[in-house]
Amino acid sequence: MDAILEFVQLIFTDYTLRTVTLGAMILGLVSGLLGSFAVLRKQSLLGDAMSHAALPGVVIAFILTGSKAPLVLMLGALAAGWLGALLVQLVTEQTRIKQDSALGIVLAVFFGFGLVLLTWVQRQGSANQSGLDTFLFGRAAALVMSDVWAMAGVGGAGLLLVLLFWKEFKLLSFDPDFAATLGFPVGLLNVALTTLIVVAVVIGLQTVGVVLMSAMIVAPAAAARQWTDRLDRMVLLAALFGALAGISGALISSLSRGLPTGPTVVLCVSTLVGFSLLFAPNRGLVGAWLRQRHNRRQLRRAAVLETLYQLAISHGDAAEVASAHAHQLGALLAAMPGVDVRRTLDVLESEGLARPSTGDRWALTPAGADQARQSLARFTRHSPDELPIRPIALTSAGEVIK
Amino acid sequence: MPGQRNGSPPIHIEDLTVAYREEPVLWDVDLDVPEGTLMAIVGPNGAGKSTLIKTILGLIQPAAGQVRIYDRSYTEQRSLVAYVPQRGSVDWDFPTNALDVVMMGRYGHLGWLKRPGPTERKLALDALTKVGMQEYAGRQISQLSGGQQQRVFLARALVQDAQIYLMDEPFQGVDATTEKAIITVLRELRAAGRTVVVVHHDLETVPEYFDHVLLLNVRAIATGPVAEIFTPANLRRTYGGHMDMLLARDGELTPGGGSNGRHS
Amino acid sequence: MTPQAEIQLIASIVAVACALPGVFLILRRVALMSDAISHSILLGIAVGFLFTGSTSHPLLVALATASGILTVSLVEGLINTRRVKEDAAIGLVFPVLFSIGVILISRYAGDVHLDVDAVLLGELAFAPFNRMAFFGLNLPQGVWVMGGILLLNLLLIGLFYKELKLATFDAGLAAALGFSPVLLHYGLMTVVSVTAVGAFDHVGSILVVALMIAPPASAYLLTNSLPRMLGLSALYGVAAAIGGYWLARTLDANIAGAMATMTGVFFLLTLLFAPEQGLIARALQRQRRRQRFAVEMLLVHLSRHENEPEAGTENSLAHLVEELKWQPDFAQSTVRSAQEEVFVERQNGLLLLTEEGRQVASRVLQR
Repeated sequence: MDAILEFVQLIFTDYTLRTVTLGAMILGLVSGLLGSFAVLRKQSLLGDAMSHAALPGVVIAFILTGSKAPLVLMLGALAAGWLGALLVQLVTEQTRIKQDSALGIVLAVFFGFGLVLLTWVQRQGSANQSGLDTFLFGRAAALVMSDVWAMAGVGGAGLLLVLLFWKEFKLLSFDPDFAATLGFPVGLLNVALTTLIVVAVVIGLQTVGVVLMSAMIVAPAAAARQWTDRLDRMVLLAALFGALAGISGALISSLSRGLPTGPTVVLCVSTLVGFSLLFAPNRGLVGAWLRQRHNRRQLRRAAVLETLYQLAISHGDAAEVASAHAHQLGALLAAMPGVDVRRTLDVLESEGLARPSTGDRWALTPAGADQARQSLARFTRHSPDELPIRPIALTSAGEVIK
Repeated sequence: MPGQRNGSPPIHIEDLTVAYREEPVLWDVDLDVPEGTLMAIVGPNGAGKSTLIKTILGLIQPAAGQVRIYDRSYTEQRSLVAYVPQRGSVDWDFPTNALDVVMMGRYGHLGWLKRPGPTERKLALDALTKVGMQEYAGRQISQLSGGQQQRVFLARALVQDAQIYLMDEPFQGVDATTEKAIITVLRELRAAGRTVVVVHHDLETVPEYFDHVLLLNVRAIATGPVAEIFTPANLRRTYGGHMDMLLARDGELTPGGGSNGRHS
Repeated sequence: MTPQAEIQLIASIVAVACALPGVFLILRRVALMSDAISHSILLGIAVGFLFTGSTSHPLLVALATASGILTVSLVEGLINTRRVKEDAAIGLVFPVLFSIGVILISRYAGDVHLDVDAVLLGELAFAPFNRMAFFGLNLPQGVWVMGGILLLNLLLIGLFYKELKLATFDAGLAAALGFSPVLLHYGLMTVVSVTAVGAFDHVGSILVVALMIAPPASAYLLTNSLPRMLGLSALYGVAAAIGGYWLARTLDANIAGAMATMTGVFFLLTLLFAPEQGLIARALQRQRRRQRFAVEMLLVHLSRHENEPEAGTENSLAHLVEELKWQPDFAQSTVRSAQEEVFVERQNGLLLLTEEGRQVASRVLQR
């Protein structure tokens, strides 16, 4: 307990820890929020391409200004990322090359060019350049408060834009053609949304680096999408998940040596994705699997009941006494290949709908016969009295043809 | 900027030629849609039916000719026009519900920065009721059937409260209930003096549902009252002859949409 | 061989080895899987290093390839849940594997020679130092390793050329004919993984991505034939490798980065100047077709109105400008070229179709 208190105290007193945690939180918040639109517009990988494309911008901004002020470098990154996005659009619209290739080319080529510039600057011997390479892999520990302020400022501007044009961005993401018929300038709004993705990327570069930035764009939104079917809630949740992952990642990585902040944050946010995919109430895979299993059991149960009933009828029993006739398990198994008949019969017995008879024979109880009649009637839309009595036939798949 | 009606026809199209990558999709089309009519646009695949609708809506720029809405440009009159796009043109897994989609029909009236409020909510609920979807207002749109999704789109157009309704294949792949609901709404619109233009695939139902028809196959083959125009001879002129070739070129004829463009 | 030549040789071999599977990646629209795979192999390398304590043990290659394939199956699995879209699935998977790799390395191998920079950026400059002799030939290890991978790629693509081609252009037909598209997909992705693994400690993963996507995309702008596309991609790759080497030397900059830059330069040049698909050619083409189309439009318009009572007004030049909404000079130049081809005549300020013009108009409408 004391250790925890001490740790909490440390967050408020230790400059580095506080800065890193704040930075990671802002990054998660902004990228979660802005990334939601990218994911919904099926532009998840645009973030990946933009983050790589930003590198030459950072270095060129430094070469031009000689300054490493966070805002200067961010502006450079913004310009380069933007140019990259523009090129992707030009190539996909004007040639036969598809978006994935265009993104890949921009990603690798811009990044390669950034490396060339970076190594060139480094070998120019300028003492001032050290630290530029934190943009490659991100070094959250190197964050200082002025970086955090710059991140907060740029991110805040992005947030404000989303708040102001919420309705327009929503419409654009859902149905751009309709937005255009209403007179909204779709081209301009597109540019604005793309710029916002670049903004998110730019904010994260120093903290998590080029490679992992794409996860920060995609993961919080993908996790949030599983919990809600409302855009506003999804965006809020994504921001929350992002911030949560940022904080927890920063704190966990401070606990031990050799846990770099960027990857730790990414693992935190990815854990959230995994949890959401599995356990979210409606879209969760576990819930879906359980529902599916329940349905299958119900179907199997009905099928066994009906088959027992039909077998009885085919043996000439009157419908009322169908329950009196017991059947060889073998006949049932043959009638329903691929169905776990034995286990289903046990279930039916425990529910008092079927009973075992001598020599591995099974029969319906009166209650079971009733249920079978009802279930058949539901299918054939006849009243039970009109139920036609005729021999059953089976398809090769073991289905009963009525 | 409110649109204006005057003595001119709701939609007047003159010498309209539209090309996609310099390949003509519509050739020199003239068309007047009289006020208060229910008009079907009929023609084979690749005839340019969707293109015509999209050009009227300003989504596609013509190579020549012009479209007038009550004798003004679409930009001036857009508040008088409502649009029902093809159902497949959007991602129905988008996180939103039916009511929300319908309220989007009011966004144009709201203009920038303003958010939809109780008024828009009420209008949207009324529109959903009109198409028999009031119970599904809060339903996520991916959990609606195809027909229900189509009715949501129809309701969205209804809240636009327009004079002119342009619909791109609203009957495509819908159930009988939806078909009936849509045709009821269409007739109500006509009774209220609105003008409705519908891209339609099912030739059999044309005489029953519509009073006017445009037979289109890149060119306007014939247009006018169904009773006069919807004749076997005219249909042969529309569908016959070059149909195979048009079908073969279908993929090339998609304007505007790029790789995800749909066409009819 | 001089170290300089050796570096260029290794890079050229890598370029060809990458270009071959790259062609199928971009045609199958899964180009970004190369990005995902080339990053997530870091996990396999890190785990392999932890087990063997060596950076060159064969187990590393096996594990790295396995993590490449793991990436593919995780992405496919995520898509199949239908809870996320394809692009998001890729964006979710590889950062996780990469992050685990980075953490493993910085926790347990922080002070050894395995560092993340080298995986991403590569250090071609050091390649000649690590040598191996085979058949009495003393060459850098990279030549042997990448040469082997190149041969493997050539062999596999040669053997399964027909199947790959079919599955790429018509997955449905391929499945109907009994070639499992899934199996071919995984096969191709395994080739990508092996190539990325082999290349990583020579050129780094970014250059692998560049070499797998940019040269095939450039070739795609030049040809429609698959064999030619494969050959051209290889040529583009080699040109970028060698050009990049000299660029790096001139600037004293990172070699892999310079090569990636050159793939981009060549792509940009092709994008601009390709004879049919290039931007310039297309702009000219469009200009020509626009003029042709305008003449046809004029003829169709005149033919439709020539028998109407108001033909007199419809067919004056001024009226054309009014009706077709053309700019006056555009209308004039169109009329002029129609006159030159003797499709129309001018009489008393009116435009009249010649017989030939009438025929062209009706042909155009029949098209």
